[in-house]
Amino acid sequence: MIPSTPTTPTETTMAKYACPECGFTYDEQTGIPREGFPPGTPFSAVPDDWSCPDCGVRDKVDFELAESAA
Amino acid sequence: MSASTAADHHDEHHHHHHHDDPDVEAVAPAWTDGKRYAWLLGLVVPTIPMIAWGFAEASGLGIFWWFGPIFIFGVMPLLDQLGGHDRSNPPETAIKWLEEDRYYRWCTYLFIPLQLTSTVFSAWMWSRGVLSTVEAVGLAFSLGASNGIAIANAHELGHKRESIEKWLAKVALAPTFYGHFFIEHNRGHHVRVSTPEDPASSRLGENFYEFLPRTVIGSLTSAWELESKRFKRMEKHPFRISNDLLNAWAMSIVLFGALLAIFGIGILPYLLIQAVFGFSMLEVVNYIEHYGLKRQKKDDGRYERCMPSHSWNSNLVASNVFLYHLQRHSDHHAHPLRRYQALRHFDEAPELPQGYAGMIVVAYLPPLWKRVMDHRVVDHYSGDVQLANIHPRARKRILKRWGGGSTGGGARVSTPQAA
Repeated sequence: MIPSTPTTPTETTMAKYACPECGFTYDEQTGIPREGFPPGTPFSAVPDDWSCPDCGVRDKVDFELAESAA
Repeated sequence: MSASTAADHHDEHHHHHHHDDPDVEAVAPAWTDGKRYAWLLGLVVPTIPMIAWGFAEASGLGIFWWFGPIFIFGVMPLLDQLGGHDRSNPPETAIKWLEEDRYYRWCTYLFIPLQLTSTVFSAWMWSRGVLSTVEAVGLAFSLGASNGIAIANAHELGHKRESIEKWLAKVALAPTFYGHFFIEHNRGHHVRVSTPEDPASSRLGENFYEFLPRTVIGSLTSAWELESKRFKRMEKHPFRISNDLLNAWAMSIVLFGALLAIFGIGILPYLLIQAVFGFSMLEVVNYIEHYGLKRQKKDDGRYERCMPSHSWNSNLVASNVFLYHLQRHSDHHAHPLRRYQALRHFDEAPELPQGYAGMIVVAYLPPLWKRVMDHRVVDHYSGDVQLANIHPRARKRILKRWGGGSTGGGARVSTPQAA
């Protein structure tokens, strides 16, 4: 994988986290505005009791790091 | 092998992600789906009121306006006896192909125009004043049967990622005023299923008439809280049309308003009867699906994951075809996005003695329900009733009756989850 050139310092730390059941991905760069997480919201700022919006059977704490842009 | 180990084993091997993976080609395998065309039978349900009219006209017998209840409480249990069990599962290699075959989606999409046609047809019949009151009430129950079983269809659609399917789910729920269901079900019920906190999971010792108000009110307030929480995170007030509860209910208001404007206020009592009977169909099925089953708490205070052992199943083929495999409920809770045609039977999941249709009749009769189901719950936990989800009000009685384990013979014994 060819690392992209970061344009801002924050982009280097943007990561993606995936639901281990259904593969739904939380991308820190885009956030989920519909869920109240604007673009750039770090996954750590998502409440622990937040469940996967697609399958509902796994919670935030079950999500796995899918991709780190760093 | 314990039930939980078997479940984990299943998950390891059958685990698959539902996101589109461009690297995996969907290839039609040699396996053919024996139920492929049987799913079209599900389209009988949304036409029940028109079938009722046909039978009543042809025979001259007014009783046929009650065809909906006759179908659910008579025809479906009978077909279950004739159709027998179906434990077949699609091979793992066929799942992706099976899920992507759009034919199966169209079976669920087509339900909705038929359901709406039946709703308009019934409103028209009521407005003509040619039916006796008993016949008109019968037609309301028949339409309620259609629009109630439509919630099973809405349930299938509401779980999917595609926004068109989510939108269709709301349309299917509009006639029963149950638009909040797809919010509460997906983000409330699936999260808390088989725990004392879930309003839609019934408890050991809780009869259907105690459960009904608890689930109706609890699910409604839960849905509102879930949407409010979402808007609170956005720092917006929840009274806006992007609130999925409000826009789903708006569909009901438009539908009811249009029907009343066209066919007159006189049809209102019948519209209400069909809506209440319709959503009570959903709630009685909720009552059956998780009765007494409980996820145990882990050391970290979280509940164990929902396993096949946490839902009641039936593999009777007839009712499964009319309910889009809803009775393969364990696999649904393990993998909620899995499409109905791909849901699997698990040997280790608890099995009901009848299909949902037959069990609804049992649920309506609490002493019979207690006789049929309580010992099955206790046997499921190998006699340790403490592991069950016990209704607080019945706790003393349940412990007194079952504290020493089950005496009911004949039921299949499943190994409990580790506490």
